[in-house]
Amino acid sequence: MAKSKMSKSKRRKIALWSTFLVLSLSLALPLASYSIHWLGASASAQDASNAAVNPKSKFWKQVRGGAEGYSAVKGEGANVLVQSGGEDWRQFREGPIMKKAPWAIVGMAVLLLLYHLFHGKNRLDVNSLSGRMVPRWNTFERMVHWITAFSFIALAITGISMLLGKQLLIPVLGPAGFASWAGISMSVHNLIGPVFSIGIALMIVMWIWHNFPTWTDVKWFAKGGGLFGKAHPSAGRMNGGEKVWFWILMTLGVAVCISGIIMVAPIYPQINIPFIDTSRGIMQQATIIHAVGAVIWTAIALGHIYIGTAGTEGALEGMATGYVSEEWANQHHDLWFEKMQQKGKVLLPGEPRGAQDQAGTVYNRQTKHTTT
Amino acid sequence: MARMKFLCDADRCIECNGCVTACKNEHEVPWGVNRRRVVTLDDGQPGEKSISVACMHCTDAPCQAVCPVDCFYTTDDGIVLHDKNLCIGCGYCFYACPFGAPQYPQQTSFGARGKMDKCTFCAGGPEDDMSQVEYERYGRNRIAEGSLPLCAEMCATKALIAGDGDEVADIYRERVLRRGGRPQTWGWDTAYEG
Repeated sequence: MAKSKMSKSKRRKIALWSTFLVLSLSLALPLASYSIHWLGASASAQDASNAAVNPKSKFWKQVRGGAEGYSAVKGEGANVLVQSGGEDWRQFREGPIMKKAPWAIVGMAVLLLLYHLFHGKNRLDVNSLSGRMVPRWNTFERMVHWITAFSFIALAITGISMLLGKQLLIPVLGPAGFASWAGISMSVHNLIGPVFSIGIALMIVMWIWHNFPTWTDVKWFAKGGGLFGKAHPSAGRMNGGEKVWFWILMTLGVAVCISGIIMVAPIYPQINIPFIDTSRGIMQQATIIHAVGAVIWTAIALGHIYIGTAGTEGALEGMATGYVSEEWANQHHDLWFEKMQQKGKVLLPGEPRGAQDQAGTVYNRQTKHTTT
Repeated sequence: MARMKFLCDADRCIECNGCVTACKNEHEVPWGVNRRRVVTLDDGQPGEKSISVACMHCTDAPCQAVCPVDCFYTTDDGIVLHDKNLCIGCGYCFYACPFGAPQYPQQTSFGARGKMDKCTFCAGGPEDDMSQVEYERYGRNRIAEGSLPLCAEMCATKALIAGDGDEVADIYRERVLRRGGRPQTWGWDTAYEG
């Protein structure tokens, strides 16, 4: 074997410097086009002066571009002659938002239906229940969940009515019938929206502590979350899917709530709301974010509703009563169940519920559990 | 069939706001709502220009396209009108309109928007022509009376012209030619070599 002529340190040096050169050039070279901008500014200006420009054209070009002037009439956008943002807004709303996005909801519904028809309900593996119950959601958590859930459904129905009613509901209800329904929808949407937003905020504060991702969640997803087959991947109080749902609320949900609050803000110049800019441009962007976010959210929420009701045996019982059976807890959230056992929180059959909720009452259940 | 159009001659408008006042008075427009306004560009600078602007009665009207309750309609004269029985005051037409024409009366609760109001080209609304209901909701129906919009008729310098698009264009073309020279007929020298 021929010995390399270069020493190891020299080769390393060359490798280091060439890497540095490649990196710095790859950063610098794409900026080269700016040199045309800087150096060629005088040249292109000369071209423009040769082909004399109508002084008025520049003026009207600025007007077309939304130049601001003075108007004795006061009001949002009153000093602007032409705004182009509305045309973009119209194209995006009448195009992708109305014609494409709602198919996400239909697609999700079809997927869930197919899953339910071909896979069926995720049942408990055991046939008989021991009767021992595990407290899963406390009263406050359930209250917040159901207020948010029912307002979500009301908001989804009224929101979709307003988005797609022109195509879907006017042929059914007629113009006058739909107009009154749309008026009700808008009022309901505007009144329930803030309540719903408070619910989302409370959920974030209550549940963020349980939703930081761990390696258990990675393994949970690697096993497909137990959607298919008999496997039940390990999970703590929240499984990977619930955590993803939480972070969707945290990001997309918060964006929808904030954009919604911007939209209900009054547009009148005499009413000023601190920190909320209610200009026409902001309102346009808010409606876009709100519509896109809400449609995607609704599609994902269908999945959540399915898993929580028809999709999983015993899941609805948990959120309805606050307690789940020992078998359910062990099957779906085994790590959490172990912890609850260690803490002695598992109720024996017939034991009164809600004891844990009472402040100052501490039961030592460890002694009662002889079998577990 | 006539195709109704507004035109504001920026070389004539003197920002007297007579059109705004005439409109408000003729239609008894509520406080805070202005169907027409005058915008002055480069105010106080040499070459300042003023233009009176209202609903331009677009052929492919953005307000009509985005209205969730489909309350807009275009008359045979090309005037864009809307039905206040259907309007829910959502504000979408205001987001879409390039000219900022749609206006909303303020309601008392939470500063919510009332039903939209805008320039009707003095053509009223869907109710019976010249009825009391029509007057209360949309203002006077001068088109049905055989008159043109009052803003244009009252314009002191005849900067604002309203009427059949062809005739409006003829009037403006004559004006431009009579003014002659640059910069109004800019490009003439280039095209015809002096």
